[in-house]
Amino acid sequence: MAIAQVRVPGERIAEWMGFDGLVQLISVDGQRTVGCPYWELVADVGADQLRDLYTDMAVVRRIDAEAMALQRQGELGLWAPLLGQEAAQVGSARALRSDDFAFPSYREHGVVYCRGVDPVSMLRMWRGTALSGWDPAEHGIATPAIIVGAQTLHATGYALGVALDGASSAALAYFGDGASSEGDVAEAFGFAASFVVPVVFFCQNNQWAISEPVRLQSHASIAQRGQGYGIPGIQVDGNDVLAVLAATRVALARAYAGLGPTLVEAVTYRMGPHTTSDDPTRYRSTIEEEEWRVKDPLARLHALLQREGLIDEHFEAQVAATADEVAATLRQGCLSMPDPEPSALFEHVYAEPHPLLDEERQRYEAYLAGFDEEA
Amino acid sequence: MATMTLGKALNAGLRQAMEQDPKVVLMGEDIGKLGGVFRVTEGLQQQFGDRRVIDTPLAESGVIGTAVGLAMRGYRPVCEIQFDGFVYPAFDQIVSQVAKFRFRNEGRVSLPMTIRVPYGGGIGAVEHHSESPEAYFAHTAGLRVVTPSNAADGHRMIRQAIASDDPVVFFEPKRRYWEKGDVDDEAPLGRVPLHQARVAREGSDVTVAAYGPMVATSLEAARIGAEEGTSVEVLDLRSLSPIDFDTIEASVHKTGRLVVVHEAPVFGGLGAEIAARISERCFYHLESPVRRVGGFATPYPASRLERHFLPDADRILHEVDRCLEP
Repeated sequence: MAIAQVRVPGERIAEWMGFDGLVQLISVDGQRTVGCPYWELVADVGADQLRDLYTDMAVVRRIDAEAMALQRQGELGLWAPLLGQEAAQVGSARALRSDDFAFPSYREHGVVYCRGVDPVSMLRMWRGTALSGWDPAEHGIATPAIIVGAQTLHATGYALGVALDGASSAALAYFGDGASSEGDVAEAFGFAASFVVPVVFFCQNNQWAISEPVRLQSHASIAQRGQGYGIPGIQVDGNDVLAVLAATRVALARAYAGLGPTLVEAVTYRMGPHTTSDDPTRYRSTIEEEEWRVKDPLARLHALLQREGLIDEHFEAQVAATADEVAATLRQGCLSMPDPEPSALFEHVYAEPHPLLDEERQRYEAYLAGFDEEA
Repeated sequence: MATMTLGKALNAGLRQAMEQDPKVVLMGEDIGKLGGVFRVTEGLQQQFGDRRVIDTPLAESGVIGTAVGLAMRGYRPVCEIQFDGFVYPAFDQIVSQVAKFRFRNEGRVSLPMTIRVPYGGGIGAVEHHSESPEAYFAHTAGLRVVTPSNAADGHRMIRQAIASDDPVVFFEPKRRYWEKGDVDDEAPLGRVPLHQARVAREGSDVTVAAYGPMVATSLEAARIGAEEGTSVEVLDLRSLSPIDFDTIEASVHKTGRLVVVHEAPVFGGLGAEIAARISERCFYHLESPVRRVGGFATPYPASRLERHFLPDADRILHEVDRCLEP
């Protein structure tokens, strides 16, 4: 899906940044909010674009569900579900241009999908056939960082490179409320602010870092965390795809304009477990889960579309068919994914010859060949 | 050919690398106007500007982590960690990111980074300024770890490290920064591979394998040994990952005896790896067990004690003599 790139007028940025409070454009029951200046930032989003955003979110949710099922069936070693974070991911990713560069953590399947990566490639690291899955340069998105927060520094350095090149693109770092406590994130804030580089720090505050609630990380909002560094923050309803799109556009506009880093806190909820190995019933209540269920990002956009007469049964059937097709392809791709050859173990460790590794490879190949001879 | 200190040779090597490749950028703490606390980057910001010689905030993980991003953008960052003991805040970025990035990304992303670390003791410093953490990095697959012992090697190896598409941790023996040597700044870069060891002094009775700051100490031991009638061959390993075992093996075939010397604590140090490999490769050529000389199993001590902690010529010769005992 292509959302038209709106030009964000530089002289208006300060005004949007000055907006106080949570940015929300679609209310929980699917109504357009009134009076929020961020509406202007999504003026290009008409009926077709809304439907496209909905399709993206529905497909991403379907990919997530299929991957969960594949894990339960023993086809994936692990999966970190994004359920509940579709708006935060699709909204922010659809704000990016092709020459921007995203630095995800491990739950950003929706972002990865929006960057045009084949969903089957996403599964490689979870199935254990590889440690990553795609070509970062081809898609403008790095492969997942599992050490939380580490990628915020990579994004900052990449943005420094953009600035040194005199280019006008941006880097966008995804991280979570848990990672916000990491030293690397603090250092990324410090470097990005000091060097005034075009980076957006996009925090999906999904309320939980495995079993730790966000209030354990911080008593202040994450959006405020940048203030001491001179990094302005935007707090946005992360379950509102339009608000996320608008907020990310402002943050990116600041980056393109050379105004430096922006911190976006998308307030959302991890509706599922941390990973397939987790058991949220041990640490959070079903009451809380129910409270967030009514804020479901996909249901909210659906309510808006329905309220405004923008979807019908035919469209919904079409979306479901698309999602099913993607899921079927994903499943087929997963099941037919070959295990790597033993020689892959020794590949790509170094760019240049390495005698020790070469020796180990030769010995191991000879060792394996010994079994062939026995047979 | 010019005579210069190791520090100046590194400076000249950095300058050449920056002149030849506009993507080479230097980053670190106090490397700009000050020229680094050891003046290794002296004059470079003046020549190349503050967009290529970048003073960073005081955060070592930040230095390395941002360099990763710069490398992804097509730059060749050369990071300076001010002192050995300051590298640990960057340990996670180096070990979990820098070392693994290419492997993780199936060769699609290389990180041509150089991480310069002044290391070792003998300068009467306070705590955290005299350590030898090379084994941590040599143990980590995906990194190359090298250390020059003299000006000529420093000049060549820093340029090779920067030109390498692999991340290189470049340990600089800080107490040798001021020692002079002849530098051939016209020599072509590729003549000697980065990982190749050298015979620093030929001998026939015992091989002493050393690197970085301990090469000069080992040469001193060899001189004293010669006066006492013992012929010591000194090897300068230059590279700690990979290690040029062929050169060590050739020497041990000749002498039948090996002593490995480093400032780092002996336990779990590179001497252990070398002893194991040489025992495997040269078992029937060895006349005595491989012996090791190095720091004790203590944290680095106060400077008034460091002469006891650090190997000197006498301690090296003591182990040489033990190898020669009938």
